Amino acid sequence: MSSMRTRFYRTTAQALADDDRVAAVFAAIGIGEMPAHPRLHDVGIREQLMIGVTAGLALEGYRVVAHSYTPFLVERPYEQIKLDLGHNDVGAILVSTGASYDASTSGRTHQSPADVALLSALTGWTIDVPGHPDELERALAQALAGDGRVYIRLSEETNVAAANGEHLNVLRRGSDDAPFVVAVGPSLSPTLAATADLDVTVAYLSRVRPFDAAGLAAALTGTDVVLVEPYLAGTSSAEIARSLADRPHRLLALGVENVELRRYGTREEHRRAHGLDAEGIRTSIERFTRSASSVAA
Amino acid sequence: MEQYGYTDLPALMTRLTGDEKHDWSSASTLDVLWVLYDRVLGADDRFLLSKGHGPAAYYAVLAAKGFVPVEALDDFGSFESILGYHPDRKLVPGVEISSGSLGHGLPLAVGVALAGRRTFVLVGDGELDEGSNWEAVQYAGRIGLENLTTVVVDNHTATYGWPGGIEARFALEGWHAERVDGRDHDALERALSEPGGPRCVVAEISR
Repeated sequence: MSSMRTRFYRTTAQALADDDRVAAVFAAIGIGEMPAHPRLHDVGIREQLMIGVTAGLALEGYRVVAHSYTPFLVERPYEQIKLDLGHNDVGAILVSTGASYDASTSGRTHQSPADVALLSALTGWTIDVPGHPDELERALAQALAGDGRVYIRLSEETNVAAANGEHLNVLRRGSDDAPFVVAVGPSLSPTLAATADLDVTVAYLSRVRPFDAAGLAAALTGTDVVLVEPYLAGTSSAEIARSLADRPHRLLALGVENVELRRYGTREEHRRAHGLDAEGIRTSIERFTRSASSVAA
Repeated sequence: MEQYGYTDLPALMTRLTGDEKHDWSSASTLDVLWVLYDRVLGADDRFLLSKGHGPAAYYAVLAAKGFVPVEALDDFGSFESILGYHPDRKLVPGVEISSGSLGHGLPLAVGVALAGRRTFVLVGDGELDEGSNWEAVQYAGRIGLENLTTVVVDNHTATYGWPGGIEARFALEGWHAERVDGRDHDALERALSEPGGPRCVVAEISR
């Protein structure tokens, strides 16, 4: 199985070859993985320019893919994303690599757990968090065929198998009152491992914006929701609150903690530190369930 | 449609009401804008106003050239108006980019030029303080982006100035750069119509 990154470069190169409408703008990162093409523009490590050029090409009708490491794609040129793309109301496909802590040995400078929250604060973005290279390929193909603003978040972490998460997809049903666990993108495999012998419902979601509020409202039979996101904890809490505004509910939002961890080491160690490995997820869910019991008592 | 000329622009600008704060900035761009729209721009060209501050001259020229109804000038800045203190391309016919936050137009213009359009972008000397401009200047120069022209309206407002001249900095990055009198229509027309690029035309405006 090739990685999401490998699949992304291959698919984008093919799109450039097949479709005159497609262009790509890179800022050095990843350019070595791509065959040269007249509509593949490498602006060097100039990320504000990368987004500006992307928007300029989009104004002229091109379907543009822009790509870099997550903090340099989303955080550094945030105002360009807001204005050049959003305020000008043009579409583009932003594809990040690095996720929250893929660069575990690189420290905070190369980690961007707030990316989805930041883009969620802007208007009109579709946000895909694939959990498997096959899902990435499907999301990218859809984005290339469309004309909207799409963010696709690549990750080195992948699930054991691909699943369809464009809408909330219930993979396992617990009892009616059991906690309803929503696992996002690559959080699915550790969530399934964490809950294998627990009475919970597990649903999968890879398209987090627009959030499938109707799907959640329809699928939820109890009151307790557990959200497991591979980025900043609570990023989708407001979406869930909105979708369940008409009924009593409780929410446990798991994700990357909003802390300066100041640790290096492996991805696995970072996942564990944020309580996102199977053991950490299970512990949190059990504590959440017990707290409900004590309230009821 | 009524025909308007350069001498009508002051009257059109006086129709723009409200407490617009950028009178000097607006007036500094008037001649460059007029020459572009009256003598230089073709139907397939693109003009991007990066310096969105003080858009009165821009709106007046757009009205004179029939893009914007002249009546729209009268409620400038009101809730129902299409004309705000910074132009919005979704509201104003003929406006290619929404601007106001400085340092965005030149990178956008690089993208438009890469798409094959003959592209003109207007920036201010003060606006060049924003580092994002220089990412675009460096890249366009290095790749020899021939169909891009940057007009810098230099009314000497940059916080720390540009010792040695703005044109020298563009030239260092591989641009064809020259300074002309920003009120001299013939000089502006000649400089803006020169082939080969990327080109930088610094329009000198004496304060």
